[in-house]
Amino acid sequence: MAKKVLMKGNEVIAEAAIRAGCRHYFGYPITPQTEIMHYMAKRMVEVGGAFVQAESEVSAINMVYGAASAGARALTSSSSPGISLKQEGISYIAGAELPAVVVNIVRAGPGLGGIQTSQGDYFQATKGGGHGDYKNIVVAPASIQELYELTVEAFNLADRYRMLVMILGDGTLGQMMEPVLFRESEPTEDTDKSWALTGRGDRTEHNTVTSIYIEPDDLERKNNDLQIKYARVAEAETRYESTDVEDAEIVITSFGTCSRICKNVIRQAAELGIKVGMVRPITLWPFPSSEIARAASLPSVKAFLDVELNAGQMVEDVRLAVNGQKPVYFLGRMGGNMPTQKEILDRIVAIHDGEAK
Amino acid sequence: MAIVFDKTEGLLDKPFHYCPGCTHGIIHRIIAETMCEKGILNDTIGVSSVGCTYNNYEYFSCDMVQAAHGRAPAVATGVKRVHPDKFVFTYQGDGDLASIGAAEILHSAARGERITVFFVNNAIYGMTSGQMAPTTLLGQVTTTSPFGRDAALQGYPMNVSELLATLPGAVYIERVAMNNFKNIQTAKKAVAKAFAVQEKGLGFSLVEFLSTCPTNWGKEPVESLRWLESAMIPQYPLGVFKGKDLEV
Repeated sequence: MAKKVLMKGNEVIAEAAIRAGCRHYFGYPITPQTEIMHYMAKRMVEVGGAFVQAESEVSAINMVYGAASAGARALTSSSSPGISLKQEGISYIAGAELPAVVVNIVRAGPGLGGIQTSQGDYFQATKGGGHGDYKNIVVAPASIQELYELTVEAFNLADRYRMLVMILGDGTLGQMMEPVLFRESEPTEDTDKSWALTGRGDRTEHNTVTSIYIEPDDLERKNNDLQIKYARVAEAETRYESTDVEDAEIVITSFGTCSRICKNVIRQAAELGIKVGMVRPITLWPFPSSEIARAASLPSVKAFLDVELNAGQMVEDVRLAVNGQKPVYFLGRMGGNMPTQKEILDRIVAIHDGEAK
Repeated sequence: MAIVFDKTEGLLDKPFHYCPGCTHGIIHRIIAETMCEKGILNDTIGVSSVGCTYNNYEYFSCDMVQAAHGRAPAVATGVKRVHPDKFVFTYQGDGDLASIGAAEILHSAARGERITVFFVNNAIYGMTSGQMAPTTLLGQVTTTSPFGRDAALQGYPMNVSELLATLPGAVYIERVAMNNFKNIQTAKKAVAKAFAVQEKGLGFSLVEFLSTCPTNWGKEPVESLRWLESAMIPQYPLGVFKGKDLEV
């Protein structure tokens, strides 16, 4: 039976992964995501899976590479400095076209930074992070319920496209508790994994998994194939929530927990007679550029306000999508701080009154 | 006429790209022959690493995965945890294993990961053209120790087998040499024993092969074999460092 429970975000990720059929977890401790490990250390024993505390983030992602090449649904999780270390393996997973899921419960940087919430890893998550031309599917949940559903979906997407899916949360999402309604059973897909390494068995040909193509023509062909796949993903898997854009004067763009503060501001602005809508990207890559472009083309929309927990990262993609049709303003907080509703509302009023810079 | 010698089915019909006088080819052959003789070829997954053997997945006919530099033991850990009933081996050079992959090899051994590591030590980086490795001998000239390795500047050679043998998770560690027929026969027995240790699930096993690199040593093949014996073996003595009394 479906049941509703009150759970912490990090634990929901772990439980959702197990419900999605993940039986291999490899991790290394780092705040604020360590509860994922704690939960997995117990639950993997109960479900007969494998939990390995790796010697480093580098090893953990390479264990995921190995487990994924062997055909398993594999997971690793970390927070920003640890994700920087994993970039080597992430690029190899993209090159070898392996399905894998990586969780980043983002904390404030740069460097060791702090352990409080942040969205400062948007660039790293969506623009590459590691070496070479590749993309990861990046999902950005805004609630614990959505975190659960997108974690299950991440494993399906990873298998469907043989791609790495990153769940980009933030410290707040990982640490907070909210009610979550677990489904009776999960919509897990059965994907053909005849490419996986299982030992040859009765096969006449051996299977190989590699990311190296030493001949330039072979490598260019490989890269072209990857780009074709990414275009297919962009076509089929772009997700967003678009609210009251049609008659809005100002459109907010914001993702993750930050978008929930903005949602309250929309109500407050309405009380002042200012119509505000919002486009909340759920997939940060592929990015919902066409919905933002459509909003920009509406005559009623006068301006955009992008709100993030960083110095202005997603706002670059918003500006590309708006393409000069309307002004795009930015409001950001850093270092683990969040904007207050009043800060955002004041900016909305200033934009509305033509006094915003 | 009866066939008295044939190429093993453990290797695909593709010419090696290795330099003349390099012993990688012989090491490949004895590993492949052992998989066939033990009847485990179809139950084995190998991990290629980075270095001259980066593409030996094109030679071994078992399932193979290519790993990033130094990460083969971590990749093998992932594979083995998914397929605990299969044989999993890594094939790594000394730069890969003892330098950039030092953490991965140490901790896979410490965990007692049930994998077999084939560690090829030729005291130099081959693929990237002859730089100093952690295993380079004192006084040895390389492209990054052009005046000979000086302990005061560049430290000392690393004896990996002795180091790993101190860990309880490592149950079988042997160093062998590829310089003559007798030693190659010993090496092949060590390969078989390492697979047997894995079959019984006893823990981590490693065979270190002292090998040659005529190209980057700047020596003729025969002279290289002599140098292996006269210079390398005194620094890296042959023998079983762990699991001498193992019955497998």
